[in-house]
Amino acid sequence: MSALAASGATLTSTGEAVQFWVLGTVAVIGALCTVLMRKAVHSALCLAGTMIILAVFYLANGAYFLGVVQVIVYTGAIMMLFLFVVMLVGVTAADSLKETLKGQRWLAVLCGLGFGILLIAGIANAGLTHFNGLGRVNSAGHVQGLAELIFTRYIFAFEITGALLITAAVGAMVLTHRERTERAATQRELAEKRVREGVQLPPLPAPGVYARHNAVDVAGLLPDGTPSELTVSKTLRARGQVRDVSGQALEDLKALEQASAERLGREEASK
Amino acid sequence: MNPVNYLYLAALLFTIGAAGVLVRKNAIVLFMCIELMLNACNLAFVAFSRMHGNLDGQIIAFFTMVVAAAEVVVGLAIIVSLFRTRHSASVDDASLMKL
Repeated sequence: MSALAASGATLTSTGEAVQFWVLGTVAVIGALCTVLMRKAVHSALCLAGTMIILAVFYLANGAYFLGVVQVIVYTGAIMMLFLFVVMLVGVTAADSLKETLKGQRWLAVLCGLGFGILLIAGIANAGLTHFNGLGRVNSAGHVQGLAELIFTRYIFAFEITGALLITAAVGAMVLTHRERTERAATQRELAEKRVREGVQLPPLPAPGVYARHNAVDVAGLLPDGTPSELTVSKTLRARGQVRDVSGQALEDLKALEQASAERLGREEASK
Repeated sequence: MNPVNYLYLAALLFTIGAAGVLVRKNAIVLFMCIELMLNACNLAFVAFSRMHGNLDGQIIAFFTMVVAAAEVVVGLAIIVSLFRTRHSASVDDASLMKL
């Protein structure tokens, strides 16, 4: 494949066709999953897969530098940034399925379909039948050819790109930076505040009651057997991830009794 | 294989991304769909570069990647600050300028 691209062949090989159809299908499925998955994490992972496949396509088209940059910049940096933000915003936060505008979803799908048909029909009408290949421009080496263009014809665009990157970095810092408007409370002040409010003076009770359930999401039981929400971390409580096992001990006992009864019954039958 | 197939794939991915921008409400997923559209454009640029036998297409794709990186940094910062003030990443909730 690389030899083909380098020699400036006008036709693509069977191998490339097979690669295109297999990976192209996966790329389209990944793109569809990006749009259709309810959770943002799944969307991000599907998009990362699609981007890696696109990197393979770049390599197949003789854009070796771009293929590597695609993997490093897109799947390496940008998608990781997306994952970080997804985790900041909340992994479990799923999209609401409620439509605020009536029929907006169907209209959007219709618009997309019409746009796609228009675009593909336009491409189909163009007389593009063969590749000229990159053999001639890559004669001095691929990266050398790219560098020659970037540092001669596109030098201004390149320099402005540097200014853009600096502006973006400063902008991101300005947008996410939060100035502390008041002094942080010291430990003594926090303790005094706790005593003044008198809600919970001693440290909060620990979660988990049984040897089998000492996980942080299991609420500890009060003397009367009801689970105490206080024992579970505030974050888990907010997410609704508190596991209640207060009824489980009795069920376990019941299952054990039934199992032993079955076993004894079978032993009696065999005698 | 006809080289125009790469362009078909790029058009298909672009369309899926555009439909996603219209359909989805989570700002992060919206942003991912925009990235998908940018990537589809890059694929078309690379395919054109091979078709015409010059490297300009690849240079443009390279600049697109740089601009996309800058755009993602600023956009995600906006989403994070929006989430801080409104406790939601849904674009439907950002309606402060509504009458």
